[in-house]
Amino acid sequence: MHLIVQATIGGILIGGVYALLASGQAMIFGVTRTVNFAQAIFAILSAYLSYTLFSDFGVDPFLSVLVLVPTMFAFGSAIYIVFLRRLTRSGAELALLVLYAMAIGIQGTLDYFYKTNTRVISPGYTNHSWTVGGYQISEVRLFAFLLAVVVLGSLHAIRQHTKLGRALRATAQNPTAAQLLGVNVERVSAIAMGLGVATAGAAGAVFGMVVPFNGNSQYDLLSKLLSISVLGGMASMPGTIVAAVILGVVESVVAAKISPDWSAFSFLVVLFAVLTVRPQGLFGRRLRGAL
Amino acid sequence: MTWLGRESRTRPGGALQAFAFLGALAVLPVVMGRHWQVNLLVFTLMYAGLASAWNLVGGYAGYAALGHGAFFGIGAYAMAIGTTHLGVGTGYRPFLLVLPIAVGTALAVVPIARLLLRTRAATFAVLSITVMFMVQTFAYNIRSLTHGSQGIAVPVPPFPFTTFERPFYYAMAILLALTVAVCWAVRSSQLGLALNAVRDDEDRARGLGVQTELVKLIAFSLSAGLTAAFGAVWAYYISYVFPGFAIDPLLSLGAILMAFLGGRHTLWGPVVGAALIVPAQQYFAYRYGASHLYLIAYAALFLIVIYLLPDGILPSTTQRLNRLRTRSRARTTPDLLPMEALNPRGESE
Amino acid sequence: MDASLELRGIVAGYGQGDILRGLDLDVPAGQITCLIGPNGAGKSTVLRVISGLLEPRAGHVRLAGEDVTGWSPQRMLERGVAHVPQERSLFPSMSVWDNMLMGAYIIDDRAAVVRRATEIADRWPIVARRRNDLAGSLSGGEQKTVEIARAMMLDPPVICFDEPSVGLEPRARKNIFGILAELSSDGRTILLVEQNARSGLAIAHTGAVLDAGIARLVAPASELLESPEVGRLYLGAP
Repeated sequence: MHLIVQATIGGILIGGVYALLASGQAMIFGVTRTVNFAQAIFAILSAYLSYTLFSDFGVDPFLSVLVLVPTMFAFGSAIYIVFLRRLTRSGAELALLVLYAMAIGIQGTLDYFYKTNTRVISPGYTNHSWTVGGYQISEVRLFAFLLAVVVLGSLHAIRQHTKLGRALRATAQNPTAAQLLGVNVERVSAIAMGLGVATAGAAGAVFGMVVPFNGNSQYDLLSKLLSISVLGGMASMPGTIVAAVILGVVESVVAAKISPDWSAFSFLVVLFAVLTVRPQGLFGRRLRGAL
Repeated sequence: MTWLGRESRTRPGGALQAFAFLGALAVLPVVMGRHWQVNLLVFTLMYAGLASAWNLVGGYAGYAALGHGAFFGIGAYAMAIGTTHLGVGTGYRPFLLVLPIAVGTALAVVPIARLLLRTRAATFAVLSITVMFMVQTFAYNIRSLTHGSQGIAVPVPPFPFTTFERPFYYAMAILLALTVAVCWAVRSSQLGLALNAVRDDEDRARGLGVQTELVKLIAFSLSAGLTAAFGAVWAYYISYVFPGFAIDPLLSLGAILMAFLGGRHTLWGPVVGAALIVPAQQYFAYRYGASHLYLIAYAALFLIVIYLLPDGILPSTTQRLNRLRTRSRARTTPDLLPMEALNPRGESE
Repeated sequence: MDASLELRGIVAGYGQGDILRGLDLDVPAGQITCLIGPNGAGKSTVLRVISGLLEPRAGHVRLAGEDVTGWSPQRMLERGVAHVPQERSLFPSMSVWDNMLMGAYIIDDRAAVVRRATEIADRWPIVARRRNDLAGSLSGGEQKTVEIARAMMLDPPVICFDEPSVGLEPRARKNIFGILAELSSDGRTILLVEQNARSGLAIAHTGAVLDAGIARLVAPASELLESPEVGRLYLGAP
């Protein structure tokens, strides 16, 4: 029992980081109807940048977030403008393949510069933890979780209470109507892509402290991320957050009770179990026409 | 009259294509007999087959399947396990396993395919790739069967050194001919029509009485079975299987790239695409493999194809020819607007 | 203000085909002009060309004499041309109030936008009453009303309506036509596409019959209503 509670705490904390990564994915999908197959490699890219900032310049990973978030925002928007904008008419399927190809290209670039040995960002406090009621709470994971809460909170505030947020929601719900009210749908899509990739930037910077990574880790992360997306209903931000935390806990409990080898697999089992009952995921609504 | 008309329009061209293709397949390894050349041909035929098999689902039915690496891996592991654990023997005998592996995989994927095909578009793409991750996890973790990350060494067959690759070449050639024949049969049957309808507008197709679930399932199952057959021959040829190698995301992506380049939805497009890309791919791997520039070159090639030849080589060329032919005729207009044009994505959030 | 629209030689369509094939049409200022015609004649496409959703392949659109061909929807809104599309165009998962704010998206002065929304809410009771409800929870007729109220946020002199009555029950339909007549009496220029041609022509000043991408016949609405030939071909049984 103690083990399960301990694993659950760890799972919730890491689930926050997954939620961060996956909400960005949901935002991109909501507005552009494109599954960002490069979201995982963006996080790995950010982890490497954070690694370099830490090991070469001594910048704390939590501080490097302040640099990485705007950098990744610009990167994401640029990718939308250069590559995806012209594809929207010919179908979301092509955009998905383009992003997948890009993920492989970025991995090749990272492998070239950083080689393929696994790395981990380890500032002095990596192994610190607090003991609360007999349970260990890792300092890094707690801060990572809090960071996720702060970023997700800001994202929520932007979406709900600003003009940009209304434009984002409007474009996701009915792009033609948004356009008729004067929304520049392409610009809003570029911003959505930027925000989505920026969350990958924030998540990656701290992810690199929690899990050792290399370019090839993108597949492991991508498989988790995609499971979360489908389970959460692709475009639903609250659904995605809940799915991320559930899967974080399941993974962590399986790792503790059975074996870490099967922890990633547990995502897929939960996913397929849910899909047999609800093809639209836990929180997705059945969409008209194709999904 | 119609019978004659149809006959004269399609048959001789089709038969000619088939004969030319089979003839070329038969003589190629004799003409290009060096080891590296035959090796290149083996991979070219394999990818031509994989791309054609993918086309059944990704092209004809319009379902962006990204996880065919899973079925390739299943075929490869089945061959490795068959030759090591079951004692099938060596020489030509392991080739006898290929057909049972193909049929077995085609049947075994039915339950999971039914689940996958309940979803569409992006969700389907996502789920299809998670299936591949799932199979990879099995390959890593069911060590008693797969030896985990060590992989399985398949006994090297005692074929004469000078013509070592030939049996594999002909095995791939037969499989490719079979795959193209299956694609051709699908295209010229009710099934092909039904898949076309699914691709254009699945809800309308179902409304018109097309058994969409069934036709999608048949296409998927055929596609998976054929993919597994190539995996089986590949495993025997390479004589070593290992999870990251036999179940490779790049393999699916490569096949998709070739289908796109040659022309999705066309019969010969994937073959043309493979003939163009595999040599380049092997060159990149040989030249830059160690430095990972290989991945970058691959991605760049993909982007070039999608942006410069979005319709693929065959359709673009045919279109150009048709335009030349019909230049003088007036443009015809469809009576109905395409639905997407009116409401590209009117779903709720 | 002279808010007349003038379309000359418009060719437009999607993909390979052309829907409009050299359409000429005048929409006089301050009147209701009703477009009728069979399915696929290109009625909606005319509106999409005017509001800037679809750029014509040839021809010109003039607004009060100025060439506005190919302008973006945003610029057209700034010039006072609004388009209420056929399909439900409220954002279903946003509140009615947020929908109203979206109606004045092109205006940056937030205080002015809120002021305007409050004015609208005073005049359109449904907006005030359902202000905090999700737009998707409203009935079809209510949604259409809110859609029109939202279009009023910018007080546009020209409004294009695409089948505003489609899918509504008779009472809601009557209500919508009432609203259109009222908007017209404020001096607005209205271009109306209506499947229910009789009801559309009944409130219109001018009627235009569209067929196969061109305007076959333009005449005072009352004349079209009375013409036996138009009745037989385009209006169905009386």
